[in-house]
Amino acid sequence: MSPQMIDRLWHAFLDTLTMVGASTFIALAAGIPLAVFLVMSAQGGLIQAPRANRLIGGLINGFRATPFVVLMVALLPFTRLVTGTTIGVWAAVVPLSISATPFFARIAEVSLREVDHGLIEAAQAVGCRRWHIIRHVLLPEALPGLVGGFTITIVSMIGASAMAGVIGAGGLGDVAIRYGYQRFDTTVMLVVIAILIVIVCAVQFAGDFAVRRLRAR
Amino acid sequence: MNTAFFDAAFEVPHRTPERVRNDAVSTEAPPSKGASGSVRFEAVRKTYLSSAGPVDALKGISVDIPAGTIFGIIGRSGAGKSSLLRTVNRLERPTDGRVLVDDEDVAALDEDDLVRLRRRVGMIFQHFNLLSAKTVFANIALPLVVAKVPREDIRQRVADVLKLVGLEGKENTYPSRLSGGQKQRVGIARALVSRPQILLCDEATSALDPETTLSILKLLKDINRRLGLTIVLITHEMSVIREICDEVLILEGGEVAESGDVWQVFGNPRHEATRALLAPLSRGLPADLAELIRPAPLDGQPCRAIVELSFTGTGDNELDLARISTALGIGARLVQSDLDRIQGHLSGRILMNVPYRNDLAAVISNPLLANHTRIVGYVAADD
Repeated sequence: MSPQMIDRLWHAFLDTLTMVGASTFIALAAGIPLAVFLVMSAQGGLIQAPRANRLIGGLINGFRATPFVVLMVALLPFTRLVTGTTIGVWAAVVPLSISATPFFARIAEVSLREVDHGLIEAAQAVGCRRWHIIRHVLLPEALPGLVGGFTITIVSMIGASAMAGVIGAGGLGDVAIRYGYQRFDTTVMLVVIAILIVIVCAVQFAGDFAVRRLRAR
Repeated sequence: MNTAFFDAAFEVPHRTPERVRNDAVSTEAPPSKGASGSVRFEAVRKTYLSSAGPVDALKGISVDIPAGTIFGIIGRSGAGKSSLLRTVNRLERPTDGRVLVDDEDVAALDEDDLVRLRRRVGMIFQHFNLLSAKTVFANIALPLVVAKVPREDIRQRVADVLKLVGLEGKENTYPSRLSGGQKQRVGIARALVSRPQILLCDEATSALDPETTLSILKLLKDINRRLGLTIVLITHEMSVIREICDEVLILEGGEVAESGDVWQVFGNPRHEATRALLAPLSRGLPADLAELIRPAPLDGQPCRAIVELSFTGTGDNELDLARISTALGIGARLVQSDLDRIQGHLSGRILMNVPYRNDLAAVISNPLLANHTRIVGYVAADD
């Protein structure tokens, strides 16, 4: 491999990192409140707003049903509105975030819903308000599940970011397609795959480790 | 546990309910005047809507729980006891009727007042319901943290209640590392840290082994005596009621079967449901005797009678053996005893094997002997 290719791979690696990092960060920041809302507003929840619950739930389902490539193209006007451009890494972060958020929200919702109802009652019985229950019961008790779900989200966004090459965002997936596939450079293809495997393994390992630590308490 | 704990923990040697009130969590407005920990149910009804149609869990329960008592609510599963208990701190709202805590209608409280009420009403649970992500300290501190008590006070008060429940040194342990009895002690500490006037116990010992159950019940009783706390507990075990309760309410199918002082209900159960609940505690006729016993005196041969003397607690509270043996005559023998002393009252029954004579029925009808007497049956004389 030429030094230029190594340099290209390095930049692609950084681009992937940026896209995945930024989009999963946004997914985390937006997904948790969404998940909390879904759990709280559900039938028998602490707020009980079935209509709002159905609306948000339907919206999430809609985004989750749309394949990422389609979503990316369909969101182009919105992407331009937000970032001022429709190409490049930051233009890809917009559809990636919008794809990752509902994905993570659903996973987080499951973890939150599994928190023993007795714990919520115990918290109510000692004078906790709704916010206290979210802060001291729901989130901490669901934390191992949330971390596990976040790990899955990161890995799936590494996959989705490979498609960002379609809008010229670069990244490892883009390098693999343009150089590895279209130019028949098998070495590049294999190197990219190897890098992706290492990243995914590292993320999964770190996630599993964190979950184990949290569960060991 | 020594008595100095309580005094040290709560800073006053002989705390009256009045004193408890003044020390209640005070970051929000103090509880209403005259608060002391009484609960009154007025025609409380609860109807659940299930897929099979409405289910009446409570069908008009009215009962008074005086401040400072240990009040037991017992019933078979599905009798509605849990629903009733949970109306006190409004974990459940009654469909109809009122629940008054210190003359304050629980249903009428807005959220702020409800939070204030819940800080005056502690609760412990069958499955402890401790937060697994928090240490023992953080679990117990939670009621104070959300009440915005200053950090230094929290530290002191958590240390005090930990001492009270006998768990010093466990501050930094996570609940999963504790035994069942220790978990319930943490639950009790968490319930007491707000210095409540009422403690609700939802099957608090049902998940514990007999020995641990006794130690937890002892702790609850000590807390009641020392802090003047009203304890309302529900259970399906009569032994728990006998161990610590002053008064008992028996629920059956969402209705009050009977209620009263524990010794009265134990000594003289009037409702079929009460008898069914008491059955595991009382011994039946010994099996070997049951085989020998005959329904009528044996003709033409010497025979003896098995006499049962029952005590309901309304007469003398100690058994006058001389009087019994004099009345029953020479040769009266004790077969089995199932006597208990509940709240200072004699309760239970003894079986005597006595020589049969024609006037035996008249002799044993003497009310000085026992509250109830009867001839259970007859056996052949063995002498």
